[in-house]
Amino acid sequence: MSGIPHDHYEPKSGFEKWLDERLPIVGLAYGTLMIPTPKNLNWWWIWGIVLAFCLVMQIVTGIILVMHYTPHVDLAFASVEHIMRNVNGGHMIRYIHMNGASLFFLAVYIHIFRGLFYGSYKAPREITWIVGMIIYLLMMATGFMGYVLPWGQMSFWGATVITGLFGAIPFIGEPLQTFLLGGPAVDNATLNRFFSLHYLLPFVIAALVAVHIWAFHTTGNNNPTGVEVRRGSKEEAKKDTLPFWPYFVIKDLFALGLILVGFFAIVGFMPNYLGHPDNYIEANALATPAHIVPEWYFLPFYAILRAFTADVWVVQLVSFVTGGIIDAKFFGVLAMFGAIIVMALAPWLDTSSVRSGQYRPAFKWWYRLLLIDFVVLMWVGARDTNFPHDWISLIGSTYWFAYFLVILPLLGLFEKPQTPPATIEEDFNAHYPGAAE
Amino acid sequence: MIKQLTASAIVALGLATGAAQAAGAGGEVHDTAFSFEGPFGKYDKEQLRRGLKVYTEVCSACHGLRYVPLRTLSDKGGPEYTEDEVRAYAAENFTIYDPELDDDRARVPADFFPTVSGEGMGPDLSLMAKARAGFHGPAGTGINQLVKGMGGAEYIASFLTAFNGKEQEVAGQYLNGNDVFPGGWTSMPPQLEDGTVEFDDGHNNSAHHLAEDVAAFLMWTAEPKMMARKQTGFISVLMLVLLTSLLYLTNKKLWAPHKGKKFDA
Repeated sequence: MSGIPHDHYEPKSGFEKWLDERLPIVGLAYGTLMIPTPKNLNWWWIWGIVLAFCLVMQIVTGIILVMHYTPHVDLAFASVEHIMRNVNGGHMIRYIHMNGASLFFLAVYIHIFRGLFYGSYKAPREITWIVGMIIYLLMMATGFMGYVLPWGQMSFWGATVITGLFGAIPFIGEPLQTFLLGGPAVDNATLNRFFSLHYLLPFVIAALVAVHIWAFHTTGNNNPTGVEVRRGSKEEAKKDTLPFWPYFVIKDLFALGLILVGFFAIVGFMPNYLGHPDNYIEANALATPAHIVPEWYFLPFYAILRAFTADVWVVQLVSFVTGGIIDAKFFGVLAMFGAIIVMALAPWLDTSSVRSGQYRPAFKWWYRLLLIDFVVLMWVGARDTNFPHDWISLIGSTYWFAYFLVILPLLGLFEKPQTPPATIEEDFNAHYPGAAE
Repeated sequence: MIKQLTASAIVALGLATGAAQAAGAGGEVHDTAFSFEGPFGKYDKEQLRRGLKVYTEVCSACHGLRYVPLRTLSDKGGPEYTEDEVRAYAAENFTIYDPELDDDRARVPADFFPTVSGEGMGPDLSLMAKARAGFHGPAGTGINQLVKGMGGAEYIASFLTAFNGKEQEVAGQYLNGNDVFPGGWTSMPPQLEDGTVEFDDGHNNSAHHLAEDVAAFLMWTAEPKMMARKQTGFISVLMLVLLTSLLYLTNKKLWAPHKGKKFDA
């Protein structure tokens, strides 16, 4: 599977040979599990397994929840309370599923930002990156639709606001919104299709995760130095790598265990901390909550959506040039999706010859600023839009775009990168002086 | 390695606490030291029983508890009445329309608390303690919820004792001044005074205590499985700590020869 030279599965017994000639499934599993992995991977590389775990956990708990949930506007809220009160262990299953979404997004954000720092998106791993971005988009869709299912106030009004974004598209917006909702407003038809898709999309994600893994098993993992594994011979490759099993499986499981300690502490002791109190009030189309706030993992992009108001000169200019077709609302929608698109285009926007941020002195600072920017946008996304929040979100959004569209391309041209170590082995031995002997 | 792990954890925490929630326009919610706070916190059975009495004698006139089955009054981790006591309580206090009899009959433990709706009636209280947050700060980050909890019970206790005696009429509706209610005016009149409810054991029945007791009871109606949940939390965390420790040692031993380190175990 991998371009890195490695040992292949050799069927030994008669049955193994018989099976291998017909379906080389054992060989596939062997190749996947024993893939040569750069031995200098640090602790930022553990989030992939956390994500895989989250996907399985969400699917398993979700399937159990579906056994007791009723997707109907009159019954959904009560059926969730039924799960919380009458189903054996139902309260734990639901709290795990609810907080599992948060762990999932926490992991995906760290995973993405790890990729952004170590240049994991750069050639030849563009496909891995793009597939990852598609998975991330599907996760957002799944998370959003899942949040609607308990049919609380924030479910209903969140759905109303977010589906309203489609209404901002010129000309086709309103019919499109009606089509997506299954009616003029968020109602039973909407709840049912969200339920259907919330059940379907995780399996699409699972398939794309397989593609994601397939892609980076073809190119080999990136690593903190960004230096490629030597591929001249099996012996050379072995100096830079160790097989995924058992070395990285055990390491990742240890990290996963540590993360789950924190996760179960939250589920056990403060399961509603990340939720919004309004979602314990049944949806009411006649009472709008004082503040409609999305879940925390949407806040940075929600902030970008709200940043571009009609009084921003860029918005006015675009509106003037397009004859009003792109108004402030549609501009905000474009900005929100654009923020993810520019991130997906990082492989082509980053011009640096050096892959890993470790050896890019100027890049490091811009990257740190991007991290801060992300957290600030998350914070401001939950605030009202009065001064100074409007300015903070505008500056934050501008930096997000500037990082990808201006800073990444220019840095590659002007920055003087340091020289990475020649090999992964050299980097590893520098960390562990005893290893060279 | 540990340094990076710590950094990883700090980033994780930073992202999670970025989970800022917008603060409501509520007034001042006072912190109350409830027995059920924190990982070790438990419901005080006696307090839940007092709170049930306050609910039954005062609140139930205008507020239902539609999601709470009466039988759960005998559940572990609740008021823990005996099944006979629950049967007597249900029969004594609540009736329900039975289509087979075409008449009202006394409620039984298998029924729920009543649903109350209509002109002048208040919202259902089943989930009120989780539908209100007492603490939002600092700066809307909600971090003080980590120490104090969501504060729904605090909100209820504060609300019930925050009537300031002001009244006004808006569009034919009488509104009462309340320093905790968002906006400062509520259509609910003040209910609790010192001695509104008498307890058999002569427990302190000042308005302040009654408010706290009923707030604790409503926390239980909102989160009846809290004690079971915390217990599961403890077992999960302990087992995971054990598993993680073993994985740590396994990992250390596994990598030792490749890192040129010694591992004695």
